[in-house]
Amino acid sequence: MAFVNLKNKEVQAKVVFYGPGRGGKTTNLEYIYNKFRDRIKSDMVSIKTHGDRTLFFDFLPFDIGKIMGYDVKIQLYTVPGQVKYNATRRLVLKGVDGMVFVADSMVEQREKNLLSLKNLQENLTIYKKSIFKIPLVLQYNKRDLEKQGIPVMPLDMMEKDLNSQLKVPYFEASALAGDNVINTLKKIISLTMASLQNVLK
Amino acid sequence: MADNYDDDISLTDYTLGQDQLEKIENILTKDLVDSGVHSVLLIDMAGNIIAKGDSGRYEHDLYSLAALASANFAAVDTMAKIVGEDEFSLLFHKGENESIHFSKVHSEFLLITIFGKEISLGLLRLKVAEAIEKIKSVWSL
Repeated sequence: MAFVNLKNKEVQAKVVFYGPGRGGKTTNLEYIYNKFRDRIKSDMVSIKTHGDRTLFFDFLPFDIGKIMGYDVKIQLYTVPGQVKYNATRRLVLKGVDGMVFVADSMVEQREKNLLSLKNLQENLTIYKKSIFKIPLVLQYNKRDLEKQGIPVMPLDMMEKDLNSQLKVPYFEASALAGDNVINTLKKIISLTMASLQNVLK
Repeated sequence: MADNYDDDISLTDYTLGQDQLEKIENILTKDLVDSGVHSVLLIDMAGNIIAKGDSGRYEHDLYSLAALASANFAAVDTMAKIVGEDEFSLLFHKGENESIHFSKVHSEFLLITIFGKEISLGLLRLKVAEAIEKIKSVWSL
């Protein structure tokens, strides 16, 4: 549900980072915020618990410049990953235009990735959206942990678990180090804008 | 299963032409800002800003405000449903210098007004109600 303002020639689109708790959704946004601080006029908004866990969402408005004569503003959101926050997670998905699913590569998180993806599919259905049609990018996060001797799932296992039916673009990433964070962002922006293109002509 | 999905409509199913937006911004300015409201925002439930007006004297981060306001409204709306209400009709946060008033324009839109001590809540609610009627007539919602 992007909003196109014909008067100011401005487009606002909503991209939501989804995934299991402690998977790195907020860290993705923090990296983007630090990297592009000079281009982001406002502060990153985070509604979190005292324990630094996302309670409602993080929000980062991001101007990506002109596309087809329109000033494009991408509103980046995260959801709270913890299972118990499903009601608020749903609210954040309202009007979503594009999604990044941040999966946790740690072996012990395998089940949580699957549950979270299934939860995403259910929650999108409430807004009459299909996970198979919405612009979506998978990010296999925490690949850097392997170097520290922490067991991570092989890529083909994650692909088989999460992407065998979806067949969407994916990135191996480290949100903490910034590896492929920007590539993930660029990909979801281009997919989202492509889906809006018919309207901007 | 595809029949129930409306993914092909990626834009809001409301469209506003330049004329309509100008009329709406005029209403926001004349009815609210000129009555002493500091800033006013018309947003959709996804947190997008549709139109805005302000006196130019206040620098609020309006995009963040819109995101938070839509989320706040949605959260309160869900709370209302949990306790068996359709909605809570008055949503208002009072501060020492600035206060915020939320008003539903339509199932998809919210009018957010930020105002100070110069204007009373009663007068504000009256002005907001008038403005909403005018906006609806521009839009024919």
